[in-house]
Amino acid sequence: MEYINIFIKSIFIDNMIFAFFLGMCSYLAVSKTVKTSAGLGIAVTAVLTITTIVNFWIDKYVLRPGALSWLGENFANVDLSFLSLIMFIAVIAAIVQILEMVVEKFSPSLYNSLGIFLPLIAVNCAVMGGSLFMQQRDYSNVGEVACFAAGSGLGWFLAIVGIAAIREKLRYSHVPPALKGVGITFIITGLMGMAFMSFMGIKL
Amino acid sequence: MSNNLKLFTTPLAKNNPITVQILGICSCLAVTAQLKPAVVMALSVTVVVALSNFIISLLRNTIPPRIRIIVQLVVVSALVILVNQVLMAFVYDVSKQLSVYVGLIITNCIVMGRLEAFAMSHKPFESLLDGIGNGLGYGIILVILGFVRELLGSGTLWGYPVMEKLGMYKIGYENNGLVIMAPMALILVGIIIWIQRSKDKDLQEN
Repeated sequence: MEYINIFIKSIFIDNMIFAFFLGMCSYLAVSKTVKTSAGLGIAVTAVLTITTIVNFWIDKYVLRPGALSWLGENFANVDLSFLSLIMFIAVIAAIVQILEMVVEKFSPSLYNSLGIFLPLIAVNCAVMGGSLFMQQRDYSNVGEVACFAAGSGLGWFLAIVGIAAIREKLRYSHVPPALKGVGITFIITGLMGMAFMSFMGIKL
Repeated sequence: MSNNLKLFTTPLAKNNPITVQILGICSCLAVTAQLKPAVVMALSVTVVVALSNFIISLLRNTIPPRIRIIVQLVVVSALVILVNQVLMAFVYDVSKQLSVYVGLIITNCIVMGRLEAFAMSHKPFESLLDGIGNGLGYGIILVILGFVRELLGSGTLWGYPVMEKLGMYKIGYENNGLVIMAPMALILVGIIIWIQRSKDKDLQEN
């Protein structure tokens, strides 16, 4: 039950875009058509889930105060948490690189449709944010972390597909010239965020 | 106007990182519910952008192009760790308020965007100026947002109860709680973009 709660909560209530504004840059840049945005959404979900789980293990066994005690008595007091930013970003960059190679090898068609987005994901704030929130919220085991990460990714996916669908329709409407493009996208995202606020307070 | 001065002033309005280049939106929206964290964040980002631009520009001829992203990330995250430690040491309460967003300066698109677009192809001093200019251009929007949101949302400025001292509550004024919430920040940025683009027709999209 705890797992489902975390999963639902990270999709709707703590949505990466509407509640924390993470991954805004690619959300605004790549949301012109539903098809490409769905591709990017899937890629982000996969990377977010994998990196957050790997970073959870790194945090648990290397970075936390006292995490190195499995190496022996002398290491029990070592606190490497100041290194967490650089470790997390290194892990993310490495995993994105590996994923890119794996996808290229085993599914060239998927690679061609995602190709340009994969390197971009390394600097997507939602992925880094997932790892940092994981560290801050002190999840106790890997199951909770996996639920949180998959839920956040799915929430991001829903948001970008939603905005892309609205922007496709928007082409046929009369927007004031100064608001065209980014301006109106910001305002629509704000309105969608208000709609998502109605999920607040839901507990399973 | 001299060339160097131009580098410094165009990012403030004409080529503003947030409203024109659309970079670094995440942190700009999340930290601006109050003025104080907004100013601290603006200063931190300016320091990181300026120094990382300078360092990468010094290294630009020795970095192999294939691994440049990793090199850039290492330089940026080293600088962000320094900023994070300084904030924790001197303004602990603000650092708690900013929470993960200090760490997220690493993946802030302004930093990577300026490194890629400018520092990799320009001299160190010019890159430094470009970094400071972009940091301040980002800062201006943050301060405007922080000012409006704190004034309308909680009736204070830098923690000073402006609305109460003006006696607004006695004549029936109420704080607008929605302005502090996340969605209103997006709409405010939308309005800033709207105002800027109606003044400057060159920026409009077709």
